[in-house]
Amino acid sequence: MSEAEENSRRSFLKAGLITGAAALTAGVVGCNPDTKTTGSLTGKKVPLLDTVGNLIYVDEGQIPVHTNFKGITNEESRKGIAGKKFVMVIDLAKCDGCGKCTEACNKMHYLPKEKEWIQVLEMQDAPKEAPYFFPKPCLHCDDPPCTKVCPVDATFKREDGIVAIDTDRCIGCRFCMAACPYSVRLFNWEEPVKPSLVEINASPENAFQSKKGCVEKCDFCSHMSRKNELPGCVTGCPMDAIYFGDENEDAVTNKSGQTEKLSQMLEDRAAYRFMEELGTKPRVYYLPPTNRLYPKPRMNDSKS
Amino acid sequence: MNFKTENNTSEAINLKMESDVLKSITYTSAKGKLWIALLLVIFIAGLIAYGIQLKNGLIVTSMRNYVSWGLYISMFIFFIGISHVGALMSSILRLTGAEWRFPITRMAEAITFSSLLFAGIMPILDMGRPDRLLFLFTHGRIQSPILWDIIAIATYFVGSTIYLYLPMIPDIAMLRDKLANASRWRKKFYRALAVGWKGTDVQKQLLEKCMNIMTAIILPIAISVHTVVAWLLAMTLRTGWNSTILGPYFVSAAIMSGAASVLIAMAIFRKAYKLEQYITIVHFKNLSLLLFVLTLIYAYFNINEYGVPAYKMERAEHEYLNELFYGAHAPLYWSVQILGLLVPLILLAFKRIRNSIGWIVFVSALIVTGAMIKRYIIVVPTMLHPFVPIQKAPVGYGSYFPSMIEWFVTLGAMAGFMLVYTLFSKLFPIITLWETSDAIKNNGAVSVGVHLQISSTVSS
Repeated sequence: MSEAEENSRRSFLKAGLITGAAALTAGVVGCNPDTKTTGSLTGKKVPLLDTVGNLIYVDEGQIPVHTNFKGITNEESRKGIAGKKFVMVIDLAKCDGCGKCTEACNKMHYLPKEKEWIQVLEMQDAPKEAPYFFPKPCLHCDDPPCTKVCPVDATFKREDGIVAIDTDRCIGCRFCMAACPYSVRLFNWEEPVKPSLVEINASPENAFQSKKGCVEKCDFCSHMSRKNELPGCVTGCPMDAIYFGDENEDAVTNKSGQTEKLSQMLEDRAAYRFMEELGTKPRVYYLPPTNRLYPKPRMNDSKS
Repeated sequence: MNFKTENNTSEAINLKMESDVLKSITYTSAKGKLWIALLLVIFIAGLIAYGIQLKNGLIVTSMRNYVSWGLYISMFIFFIGISHVGALMSSILRLTGAEWRFPITRMAEAITFSSLLFAGIMPILDMGRPDRLLFLFTHGRIQSPILWDIIAIATYFVGSTIYLYLPMIPDIAMLRDKLANASRWRKKFYRALAVGWKGTDVQKQLLEKCMNIMTAIILPIAISVHTVVAWLLAMTLRTGWNSTILGPYFVSAAIMSGAASVLIAMAIFRKAYKLEQYITIVHFKNLSLLLFVLTLIYAYFNINEYGVPAYKMERAEHEYLNELFYGAHAPLYWSVQILGLLVPLILLAFKRIRNSIGWIVFVSALIVTGAMIKRYIIVVPTMLHPFVPIQKAPVGYGSYFPSMIEWFVTLGAMAGFMLVYTLFSKLFPIITLWETSDAIKNNGAVSVGVHLQISSTVSS
């Protein structure tokens, strides 16, 4: 799909959320003739999430109806973006646990507060050791225990390193949740609150992926990578702690646009991968929390 | 011990057995009707509960993202477990030539049939998208243990149903010939299932051959079933499931709980259908001695499963085992280990206990209940102890206790299991008549354990 189309889709996603933004939608989405609102009020209110994550009620007639949307085909989204090997580096020395990455992620994927595709944990490995904040997205393992056990190939490893979920395929057995040692997978126990993309099927590369009875999780924002943009958590991190990039290019970039040589960074900062002993080969690297730039977590509770 | 079989004696035995056992098919007591009605009501309540779950999603259960498997999966493993009694009877006892098995084999194999039916249903009840069930066949990945489960359980179901059916053919033919007053559909039903059985020598030889083949086939299938069910858990990296002996450990629990469940069924059928002369203390004695051995094997696996990691106390195991030994799940864990394992083991060691049907039923009930709760103890605490600490979890995510819907659905499945079992006994003789009478003819009533009192002739 072309960049223009993708751009229009993003704009559409955002614009559709706010009542009365139809004009904006029409302006930017002009290239997509299939998007239109019926205009007239029906009196039937539909619950939606707005851009800051609040639940709002919008008249059905004002929601842009999206028909015949030409997105990434299922086959393409199963293959991934050619020539890429996505990788993430999280600098624990910079993370102050503010949780803005989670907020940005939830906004990006229209998730309610209870759902966290990236979770900021407070960790302490031993009683005398320093506590630290630990942002945990899906680690997109190169040897993923979750895809191994999926009975219907609904979750799979793509060529670009991303572990994705096809919610048109998922049967909701939750074996992948049992298999994931990092507890990153979430289940839709009930009908999720939908953004205005009523007509769009949740596909592996859509920003919105929640579907009742199916599993969901961090997808490394593959829809952003398609248009060479950074994931939501990266651009949402005010501390510049999260880097994202392509292993093939040996480069990762953070919010401020600082681009680092990946191999150099991993070597200089003695990077590690979470629970290496499990043999899952994560694609997320962590830089140890040395010379921290923020006060350490309090760790009142005795979690170890 | 004087059982020189004259033709008229064996004829008398046949007639008596037929009339005694046919009573349970032709006549249902008021208590029996009440029992069936009760099961039906619970079953329908379960169906309604499942309907609510289908409509609202799995949110009506207590399962959440950390404990994503709960009561349903525990009960799935339990049903698979007791289904192993069929293999024990028809394979292990047959291979060891235990003649006394005859009067109780069909009871055991019918447990296998109905428990497998509901074992197969439990994971479907647990699915988020049961509407996509067929994806398992159209998009199935053979690399997934779920596919192994489907193949193994389906094979075992077909195999054990064949094994249940084969020795039933002569008895069904008898029903076809003897039940003159039966309703028309029943006659048709028996005629179809009897597949033209006349009891000729050729037919008998063929049947014997088929059963011999099935004996050899069914045991490895049964073992594979519970092994791959255990692998559902053991193939993950989770603390508590990540164990190399989970397969044999589950198999040992399965055969033990199966033997205990058939002992309970024996006592109930004996009373309800007045089969005291056929199911005697001999069967209870022999089977409870076997149950003692099976419980010993299960205890051995328990020592390995918990003792070995408890000695090493690797970090993640430490937290998990602390929860079981001293933590929130300790009361349940210790009551299962003591009341469901240690106490039965001690009791069964005494001959006096094994000579009393009342005691045996009590011990069996302890074992079956213990096995059921043990599945829960294996599934849930592990899910509450992921490697990554549970933090900032929404309310209800950090703990698990089954919701009302889960209880009703589960009770409905249990009632359904017992209903199928009861209805089976209303359609077919619950004792294999021809095998038992053949065995009496060849080796005498004592070897089969039956104690017939025939008014004209006295045989002991």
